[in-house]
Amino acid sequence: MSLIDIENPVEPFLRTDRMPHIWCPGCGIGTTVNCFARALIDSKIDLQSLALVSGIGCTGRVAGYVKLDSFHTTHGRAIPFATGLKLANPKLNVVVYSGDGDLSAIGGNHLIHAARRNIDLKVICVNNLIYAMTGGQTAPTTPGHAVTSTSPYGMFEPAFNLPHLVEAAGAVYVARWTTFHVRQLARSIREAFQKKGFSFIEVISPCPTLYQRRNRLGDGLDTMKYYKEKSRVKHGAPTSEAGLTMTGEIIVGKFVDRDRPDYQSLMRGQMVESLGEEYVDPSETVCSCS
Amino acid sequence: MQADPHGVLTGTHFIDGDHACCEGALAAGARFAAGYPITPSTEVVERFAARVPTVGGSFIQMEDELAASITLQGAVWGGAKAFTVTSGPGFSLMMEHIGYAAMTETPCVFVDVQRGGPSTGLPTLPAQADMMQARWGSHGDYEIIALCPNSPQECFDLTIKAFNFAEEFRVPVMFMMDEVVGHMTEKVMIPPADEIEVVPRRHTRKSADTYEPYATNGDGVPEMAHAGEGYKFHVTGLTHDERGYPNMTPQTQDKLIRRLQSKIRDASDRITLLEEEGLNNADVIVVSYGITSRVAQRAIELARQQGFKVGKLRLITCWPFPEKRIRELASRAKAFVVPELNLGQMVREVERAVGGEAKTFAVPHAGGSVHRPEDILKVIVEASR
Repeated sequence: MSLIDIENPVEPFLRTDRMPHIWCPGCGIGTTVNCFARALIDSKIDLQSLALVSGIGCTGRVAGYVKLDSFHTTHGRAIPFATGLKLANPKLNVVVYSGDGDLSAIGGNHLIHAARRNIDLKVICVNNLIYAMTGGQTAPTTPGHAVTSTSPYGMFEPAFNLPHLVEAAGAVYVARWTTFHVRQLARSIREAFQKKGFSFIEVISPCPTLYQRRNRLGDGLDTMKYYKEKSRVKHGAPTSEAGLTMTGEIIVGKFVDRDRPDYQSLMRGQMVESLGEEYVDPSETVCSCS
Repeated sequence: MQADPHGVLTGTHFIDGDHACCEGALAAGARFAAGYPITPSTEVVERFAARVPTVGGSFIQMEDELAASITLQGAVWGGAKAFTVTSGPGFSLMMEHIGYAAMTETPCVFVDVQRGGPSTGLPTLPAQADMMQARWGSHGDYEIIALCPNSPQECFDLTIKAFNFAEEFRVPVMFMMDEVVGHMTEKVMIPPADEIEVVPRRHTRKSADTYEPYATNGDGVPEMAHAGEGYKFHVTGLTHDERGYPNMTPQTQDKLIRRLQSKIRDASDRITLLEEEGLNNADVIVVSYGITSRVAQRAIELARQQGFKVGKLRLITCWPFPEKRIRELASRAKAFVVPELNLGQMVREVERAVGGEAKTFAVPHAGGSVHRPEDILKVIVEASR
């Protein structure tokens, strides 16, 4: 076999007819998709039962590149869309794949409520610390002093610490990696597929075009070096101590891995308790197709 | 196909319009609703939350109307028939996802039990002031269907119709109730399930290899697949081609947006539902819809007692606007009188359709109550001159 005949093992997971993708050189989103595909290969998950839902933004475009039932929804609303999908067809594995601005600003309310309900969704949040698609504006995740196009004199608002937020809201699995930690990220995605309930994986990812450049933090390679040198793996770290700064340490690892009943188990339990035999489990009846 | 008997509460009931709407949804096959409480619509989902666990479905109360209006669409792509219910302030928040449903051709029903506005307005009192918002509220060009019931019985019957249109045309259907119709209690007859016609999802019979999610032939309505069936399809709110792939060119935009429009406009004769009475020799035609049509009925009777030749045209389908029928009538009648619980919304459509062939008179009302029949009568008399 010649070298050019070798198929990349993640190719079957991609809509290759949509390549080239829109992401910039040095962007980390493609790396996360690669990790996601490898996690799917390793976990031998049934791809037919897997649906992926994205919001809007650079990471929101992931839905358009994966060869799965995939939904590119509206800005911030990937989680509620995914909630409806999961409730109508509980047999689906539903992944939400979106960015920090989409999930924690315009979609922030849905994020905390989905975690509270413990809906069985796997959320992969690519955090590039800004709004990239629209040209590098401030996000709720932008660290202090960072320059963005809408904080030209430096960001002075405090940022969200996303692992802390979702843990407090009730997520059963919370991890953070950077795009340098490709194996660890793939493993976390595999673990999330083993969990029943709201799982949240944050991936710190470079945006050389808009974030690193404006803040004189170098290019994609420099950012990899930063991730390598300044990341500290601390499984079980208190999420309250996992806040990010512009150039400081990045605490990564699996922070939360706990069990509590997911939304659908709770619903079934409550309905059976109240209605007894009158209750008709929707998971057995829902499809209204002809 | 016939309705699933599990959802059909056959019999004679004494219930309000909100509850009748819920029963209509269940009879139509809705097994999923996402909602957010808002007066005067909440009774619809309260009843649904109580009823649906016994027929194999679920209700979820979301954190806001933005969430409710997209959660239901996730459920549709998961295989359910689904709807949401709201009133003015919530309807405003749902506009984003009415556009998403129109663009992605997600069959679903939005119920708006109208109250006085703008803003918080009159939470417990009626209006019909969301009629233009129902048509134009989301950004961009698109087409929707809107139905307008005037009794609890019609809240049942037309909710089924709304779901059927949604499935037939793959379009969001607006069900435009008002506070009075929602809260008025009357007799509602629910027929046996085998007498209720229900339109099933237009599910594709193609294989995964040949299926294109937005390819159409004939009527311009694509066939649907659900997540989890192996089709591995893509859905986006971006302008897309037949494969469902984003394709942001003027050519693709033109083809897609014109099809979204024509699939409804070309079928408008079939979608248009009107109640007509005494139009043949009428000098004046009263055009009304919803609760106002019942007040107008009294005004028409009073006018006839005084010797005026008055006809009744009730819009059951408000959108697409039945302009063809109005135009026909305009060549015969002297004038049109349009009472509505707003300061002039559908009257402008009537005026446009009449095209100067006859006079058009508004009978505006800012909402909070219904018209007095005498106020409509006065305009009928004026229009008859």
